[in-house]
Amino acid sequence: MTAFAIQPVALWSDALLFVLISVIVALTLWARRQGALREAWARVAKNGVAMAAATVLAVFVLIGLLDSLHYRARLEAPPGATARYAVEVNSALDALLSELRLRAETTYSAPLATHLFAREALENSTQREFPRLRYGGAHLGDNLSGHALDIAVRVSRGLAGGVVAWILLMLLARRMKVGAGAPCVPGTPLRGQAMAIRAVTITLLPILLLFGVAISLGGGYHVFGTDKVGQDVLYLSLKAIRTGLLIGTLTTLVMLPAALLLGILAGYVGGWVDDLIQYVYTTLSSIPGVLLIAAAVLMMQVVIDTHPDWFATSAERADARLLALCLILGMTSWTGVARLLRGETLKLRELEFVQAAQAFGVGSFAIMRRHILPNLMHIVLISLVMDFSGLVLAEAVLSYVGVGVDPTTISFGTMINTARMELAREPMVWWSLLAAFSFMFALVLAANLFADAVRDAFDPRSSA
Amino acid sequence: MLAYILRRLLYAIPILIGVNLFTFGLFFVVNTPDDMARMQLGVKRVTPEAIQKWKAERGYDKPLVWNAAAAGSGALTDTIFFSKSVRMFVGDFGRADDGRDIAREIGDRMGPSLAIALPTFVLGLFVAISFALLLVFFRATTLDFAGVVLCVAMMSISGLFYIIGGQWLVSKVWHLVPISGYSGGLDAAKFLILPVIIGVIGGIGSSARWYRTIFLEEITRDYVRTARAKGLPERVVLFRHVLRNALIPILTGVVVVIPTLFMGSLLTESFFGVPGLGSYTIDAINAQDFAVVRSMVFIGSVLYIFGLLLTDVSYTLADPRVRLQ
Repeated sequence: MTAFAIQPVALWSDALLFVLISVIVALTLWARRQGALREAWARVAKNGVAMAAATVLAVFVLIGLLDSLHYRARLEAPPGATARYAVEVNSALDALLSELRLRAETTYSAPLATHLFAREALENSTQREFPRLRYGGAHLGDNLSGHALDIAVRVSRGLAGGVVAWILLMLLARRMKVGAGAPCVPGTPLRGQAMAIRAVTITLLPILLLFGVAISLGGGYHVFGTDKVGQDVLYLSLKAIRTGLLIGTLTTLVMLPAALLLGILAGYVGGWVDDLIQYVYTTLSSIPGVLLIAAAVLMMQVVIDTHPDWFATSAERADARLLALCLILGMTSWTGVARLLRGETLKLRELEFVQAAQAFGVGSFAIMRRHILPNLMHIVLISLVMDFSGLVLAEAVLSYVGVGVDPTTISFGTMINTARMELAREPMVWWSLLAAFSFMFALVLAANLFADAVRDAFDPRSSA
Repeated sequence: MLAYILRRLLYAIPILIGVNLFTFGLFFVVNTPDDMARMQLGVKRVTPEAIQKWKAERGYDKPLVWNAAAAGSGALTDTIFFSKSVRMFVGDFGRADDGRDIAREIGDRMGPSLAIALPTFVLGLFVAISFALLLVFFRATTLDFAGVVLCVAMMSISGLFYIIGGQWLVSKVWHLVPISGYSGGLDAAKFLILPVIIGVIGGIGSSARWYRTIFLEEITRDYVRTARAKGLPERVVLFRHVLRNALIPILTGVVVVIPTLFMGSLLTESFFGVPGLGSYTIDAINAQDFAVVRSMVFIGSVLYIFGLLLTDVSYTLADPRVRLQ
């Protein structure tokens, strides 16, 4: 077998993420053939705010997906020897950001700083001074008078790069006839679509500008400073996106099968099955969410700690813990969805098309699968998008409480948790907190806006 | 009414039994007491004697559900299930790892929790409803739009940010109130004011937006048009007619949390150093004190079920048409 330079590694969460994406693609293809669903999506696509939010979300998803392609690099070995691979599991994003990842300082440094944040005793001096950073501003040499000018030059270069990239993208889009010549969904006025496309292009401009500035500044400085062990905070923030996305989406994905099955069964079969299922979800939902999560996570920690032999690498253990957290969060949130699905099934069961199917002698399971399930898809979709932002926020809180992701997993919660220790410091170490909160705010705000548009388009009650 | 309440209380019993069985399963069947002991004492280099001692100190050294060695009813009662789970129904929660009686600790800590949670709840409800009514009064104007945008932005900010930012600005930069701490009596006010204000601000986004939706749904009804046709000023229409009729959906979401106010807020209490039930729970989670977490799960469920009952009763007070039977 030929030895490749890398060995792909599929963590369980990666696999589930790709399952989720293929499900979404399959559902999209299916929805294209369903008139009502296509119309609802067309309503979302006409909504300028929703499309701007979707653009921001798409950027986040892209970063998260890049971070989900994991591999182990091949170690240097004499030719002819069997290939050996590093223990460390990296992702495609790590490879892209290797400059940020590898240029670690020794401890805290402020954004764009050239010196460390704390005084240290230098070797050849009796005084305690701020040591120079190893990488931040290293290209300036000993002459620091050009620091401000260098930053200004880099910012303007980054802005210019962003504008150029945006113009190129627009020209490319024009060439590919996105926009003007896009096939118009029958019955939708062109004006709405044109506005939505304008919203996307307008959103892309600031995103590209931010990317340009970050790339240009990041070449010479730590844009958001460094954390306690000297890691670049920008790199940490970008890595945290994947954790947030995973928790926000996988939680709903893992709880959906149970919620769908039990909700439809309770609504369609009725009788003692209904009573039993209702009893189960009433019992579970009467336990306050945080406490249920805390209790379950404590127990999960015991299981993981008493079985260290289950996991080959620490990345695998952290990944298992992330998945378990999704499962536990799902355990607390499926009750609400199941209740909604049961109520909707009760309504559908009495409709003519279901009764006609019954009269034709179609089996119960076939009716549930063919006639009930497709008509519940809007509830599933709405709960998927509505839960997302809450789950991203919940992750930060849970990690603070100590029942969140593994401490070695980079997430917004662990970033905030390690940074809050430094709040009492004078002067304050504010940058990692601010970076984590800003990234989280952008992600959650985009998700909220998009979710609102989806709910308005799909919920029959709100389309007044 | 009384018969209804009694019947609802009877319904609560199987649910509480379910919660009890669930916590028992989670804490003692998913993991055996041996696992918990090994975890707390450190996984490596732990002797069987140490595990036995740990279990004996906590009363975990009995059989799970059936004690074959004991005589008579002792076969059922001298077990972990009976001594740890069933006893919770009579308010006996056993002892925490530091040797204190959990039931007593809970009684002591309810006060501080309530001192923060109750003002936050009342003030938050008042502010959110006022804000929502204001937006509805100016509906379909720029002010309304700006208000909704503000709400969405505020609910997209992490609760941790409000707390950390508030502590930094008010206590550290302006030096108005102490950063954290607690004291009994009137002195408590200076410790309480900041967490209450932060709690209100943090919750305003989502609740004000929700109330606005409810009000807007009501405002298209016929009775509102009638009230306007009578020549009532918009102010009166909103306060006397819309607010009153929107109470039912609002009560559904609001009353259920009143009993759980006793539990306090995990985040607020731990950030502000308030010795309430929230910080008790967090400390227990961090110290992996399973007995305390188990008790809090049970108490939380009891309070929640009580809140559901309270919700139904509150309907009759808000809407004379509702009859409970």
